[in-house]
Amino acid sequence: MTAIDRTTGAPQPIGYSRSTLGRVALILRWVALFIAVILFLLPFYLVLRNALSTEADITSPSWTLFPKHLQWGNIKELFNDTQVPMARALYNSAVVGVLGTAGQLLLASMAGYGLARIPYRHADKVFYAIVATLMIPGAVTFIPSFIVVSSLGWVSTLRGLIIPTLFSGFAAFLFRQYFLNFPRELEEAARVDGAGHFGTFWRIVVPNSLPFFAALAAITFIGNWNSFLWPLVIGQDSSSWTIQVAMSTFVTAQTINIHELFMAVAVSILPLVLIFAFLQRYLIQGVTQSGIKD
Amino acid sequence: MSTRTAPAPVPRESARKGARRPKGIAGNTLWFWLFVGPFVVGLLIFSYLPIIWSLILSFFEAYNTVTPSKFVGVDNYVDMLTDHNFLSSLGTFTLFAIFIVPLTFVLSLALALLVNQVKIARAFFRSVFFLPTACSYVVASLIWRLSIFNGVRFGLMNTILGWFGIDGIAWLSTVSPPWYWIPIVTVRLWLQLGFYMILFIAGLQRISPTLYEAAYVDGAKPGWQTFRYITLPQLRATSVAVLILNLIAAYQAFDEFYNLIGNVNFARPPLVYLYGISLGTIQDLGHGSAGALILAVIIMLVTLLQNKIFGFGKAGD
Repeated sequence: MTAIDRTTGAPQPIGYSRSTLGRVALILRWVALFIAVILFLLPFYLVLRNALSTEADITSPSWTLFPKHLQWGNIKELFNDTQVPMARALYNSAVVGVLGTAGQLLLASMAGYGLARIPYRHADKVFYAIVATLMIPGAVTFIPSFIVVSSLGWVSTLRGLIIPTLFSGFAAFLFRQYFLNFPRELEEAARVDGAGHFGTFWRIVVPNSLPFFAALAAITFIGNWNSFLWPLVIGQDSSSWTIQVAMSTFVTAQTINIHELFMAVAVSILPLVLIFAFLQRYLIQGVTQSGIKD
Repeated sequence: MSTRTAPAPVPRESARKGARRPKGIAGNTLWFWLFVGPFVVGLLIFSYLPIIWSLILSFFEAYNTVTPSKFVGVDNYVDMLTDHNFLSSLGTFTLFAIFIVPLTFVLSLALALLVNQVKIARAFFRSVFFLPTACSYVVASLIWRLSIFNGVRFGLMNTILGWFGIDGIAWLSTVSPPWYWIPIVTVRLWLQLGFYMILFIAGLQRISPTLYEAAYVDGAKPGWQTFRYITLPQLRATSVAVLILNLIAAYQAFDEFYNLIGNVNFARPPLVYLYGISLGTIQDLGHGSAGALILAVIIMLVTLLQNKIFGFGKAGD
């Protein structure tokens, strides 16, 4: 670095934005950034605008930028609409989101810990059997899974929505990789104090891995909340619709109340926007750690 | 250590195994299955059993039933592979992949570079681009279908066209020219660019600054030169991951097609078609199973091929 020859006037990296070309490039970058910001936020603006407008404002030929009188009554109208089981759908989604996430993390973390830390002769074979399921493209399995679930009589039940999604080979794989790198000294200390595998796992390993759990939990919850194909397959009766299935049914119906539907959209994304606001650090960690989760 | 961890309350189990192996190992076997067993049982029932059952069913006639009734050999497979609609759904997918994979790659990399170069409010920009990941395909499709690309006059795009005196377009139902590709592709871009941008930013931050410094010392100019000869090669592992994830995800496209266009023959990816035949008015699970397995094999082959071409894993992320 000391070898930079100043006498030749070679362009220095730091100074390049001082040249005209550099300045133009800088301005272009900011312009691109702002256009991108506007495009990315546009759909959120449309949700707010339409959710708080009257139907007449939305369908009017001239564009109203934002409703003059915010129609908060749209919320009441949405939940009072007997054609759409909105409250029920939100409840179903919450149950699926919470139980599905908790169950998946519990099962996958225990399996991952067992595979990483408990010596067993055939552990590698079990591991391969789990990893092999990663080869199967997830969405293609909806017909096979439907066959099993329907013969169990679980169609249109919360069980059918949740239980088949609990056994994620990918999550078990991630946990195994994570626990392999967990500091052994901590576990040994617990062993010396007389803890067994179970005690070590629950009292030492889990409490010291909370950021990892939080990252996977955030991603899994969002995935469950937003999932559509499986709930659509299982939710053949409106009592078992999740919020996604309810909204989809609502839009494919012939009579559409746009303001009501957009209020439903706003209500449905609120929990996730809150997660994004408060857990974004974990989310980004989760995305970069797993990288593969949809 | 191992003797202390061996659980006491399983005398029968440890006695049986104890004949051959030390006590601690027998205890470990039990503990291993206590930890891994519930997961494996679930995996057998909800991953392995469905595939096997589906494989069996694909050789049978199975209308509105999940029990194999009449054996038909490979007829279901022959039917599917000669089914014009199924083949055209594979064509639809291919076209979709040709649009979405390169666009996602280039644009998410561009966003990552832009965000990475910003000195102020970087977290704000990153959050804005990442935020759509919170939305479901259903939500995004509704916004696209009922607001942005609504075919009537009050849709946003048609309103904008109207300002320039251009007639509105029925975005989602016009087959020629196939305008529906614009909403189909942009909705996925909006939803997934932020996700891949995060992966690229992580990749960019792993590149050692000394590489750039060394290049500047050698007279390289910041911009295209360093991007082409340092950034891009260093991002190799991330790039391969992004391409593969993207292609697999595109194969499984369902939500936005179903919610934007529905089950129509002009733009129907494989999953929408399979959903239609196996869970529509006639539940033809024999043909549905055969189609699902054909699709699974295609996806696996393409993935393997792609891994081979890019040498996935060699770059060592």
